[in-house]
Amino acid sequence: MTELLQLKAITKSFGGLRVSYDISFNLRDGDRVALIGPNGAGKTTLVNIISGDLTPSSGTIFLNGEDVTHLSIPGRVGAGLVRTFQVTRLFSSLTVAQNVAIAVMQKRGLTKRLFSNPMNDTDVRREWEEILGLLGIAHLAELQVANLAYGQQRLLDLAIGLALEPKVLLLDEPAAGVPSDESPKIIEAINRLPPHIAVLMIEHDMDLVFRFAQRVLVLANGRLIFEGTPAEVTGNPEVRRAYLGKYEDVRRAS
Amino acid sequence: MTDRLSIGVARSAAPAIPQDILALVSIPLIGAIGFVLFPDDLAFLTRLISLTLLVLSLDLVTGYCGVATLGHSAIFGVSAYAVGNACVAGLTDPIALLIVGAVSGAAAGLASGALVARFVGLPQLVLSIAIGQLTAALANKLSSLTGGSDGLSGIEPGRVFGVFAFDLYGRTGYIFSVAVLTIVFVILRRLVNSPFGLLCKAMKDDSLRARMIGARIYPRLVIMYGFSGIVAGIGGAIMAINTGVVGLDSVSFEQSAEALVMLVVGGAGTLWGGLFGSVAFQLFQHYVSAANPFHWLIMLGALLIAIVLFAPRGLAVLAGSLAQRTARLVWRRS
Repeated sequence: MTELLQLKAITKSFGGLRVSYDISFNLRDGDRVALIGPNGAGKTTLVNIISGDLTPSSGTIFLNGEDVTHLSIPGRVGAGLVRTFQVTRLFSSLTVAQNVAIAVMQKRGLTKRLFSNPMNDTDVRREWEEILGLLGIAHLAELQVANLAYGQQRLLDLAIGLALEPKVLLLDEPAAGVPSDESPKIIEAINRLPPHIAVLMIEHDMDLVFRFAQRVLVLANGRLIFEGTPAEVTGNPEVRRAYLGKYEDVRRAS
Repeated sequence: MTDRLSIGVARSAAPAIPQDILALVSIPLIGAIGFVLFPDDLAFLTRLISLTLLVLSLDLVTGYCGVATLGHSAIFGVSAYAVGNACVAGLTDPIALLIVGAVSGAAAGLASGALVARFVGLPQLVLSIAIGQLTAALANKLSSLTGGSDGLSGIEPGRVFGVFAFDLYGRTGYIFSVAVLTIVFVILRRLVNSPFGLLCKAMKDDSLRARMIGARIYPRLVIMYGFSGIVAGIGGAIMAINTGVVGLDSVSFEQSAEALVMLVVGGAGTLWGGLFGSVAFQLFQHYVSAANPFHWLIMLGALLIAIVLFAPRGLAVLAGSLAQRTARLVWRRS
């Protein structure tokens, strides 16, 4: 089976400070992988390296067998490598529908059009309506982004990502900042994503990880210390020490 | 849905008039009112229109793309000089001169855009000022092309469509300018609401996110600068054709700064804002300075502070939301 995304010996240093050591892993079509680890483990740094925000100090990234380590951000998006952000980044002066429509049009190379009304294009319209429907926010299409609840903004962030027809989707804490009673909605939406997309999700909340992931990567102090199923992760003593351990100590002490 | 000056949610609002039609009707109508009410001030009103085109041009890059610039007059002035020289050299047809203005504006816009769009924030602002000052210095030195501090004079355009001659009272020039402004405004509305324009707004909102949907920022900014240059160039052409003289003030830093103030007063990021701000600012400047030549600058300053405090998004946005609220009230009552 071919690997969709391959990281080989990725290392990143900021000056003398090393934040990622020798990280290697693979994603295949349809993978649902969670990346967990304590604060400061280098999770977001790793996502930034994969998405092209940061260039690794050494190591190689392959997408579909091609070296994309030094490809520009737009170049990677064009190749199917798409991310969302830990803090939502949306186009705040546009409506919900326009936010998704602009991504659809960018993907299809229609944003060079100078004098047509973008919201009248029926093909584009069908696509953004479908995506908003899939994520359960079709009724918000005409709203300005500023009028959305935060959980809805997170779903819109995801919708923009989906509109780019990703092969690999990187989700940086998609439920961060969302009230806990709403976070299951986010995971439900993620579980409805097209099955062939490979999804790598950073998440803190182990409940969400269990509901989503087939495979879990554990990052601690910039190193990949464990890879396995969710059930194996909780049983692994090293992971407990790095990540879950301190909470257990707290529980024991109280 | 973009066809409304919508603030927040536009639900249950009164039916909106398509804005292209609104522009096609209201700009000539207000132009006609100006023609009737101030027949002796047509030269001033024509100059107002040429600067309005400069403000609209600035709106494209500043309001829609978030580029900080204080050197936009350079494009306006270079085109005005180009048009002046073309006319002195014998190309007198006004439509042809407009095209000269548009082409030279596009060239100047693309050139300065190619430099300015490389940077963001304060370096960008400083670079734009440098380009403006450099252009002003060149205009002063190259007196064979610009007339230096005396200005380039002797610009005598021919008849519009070979029929309507430019008269002493500036009637032809005024009507010609109103027509050009109306057409440019409607075309620009199409441009800013096109997929291209929408992506420019998206880039202004969050440029990293825009790159993360696969957009390349730099080429788009340069292209938008080209369009902006066309509009500023047409403005410069209108000014050169109507006043018959192009002076150093048309490339000045002061004019760049004033254009930015007009844009902010009206509301950057909407074409109506640029239009409204330019007209309101210049009318105020003209009539208040005539009524009270000693204290008008104080009044202008106070007014600007009041606008920034009470309508930080500009007069057009304020007017739009007031109009919408009133319309909704009327709609509910009926």
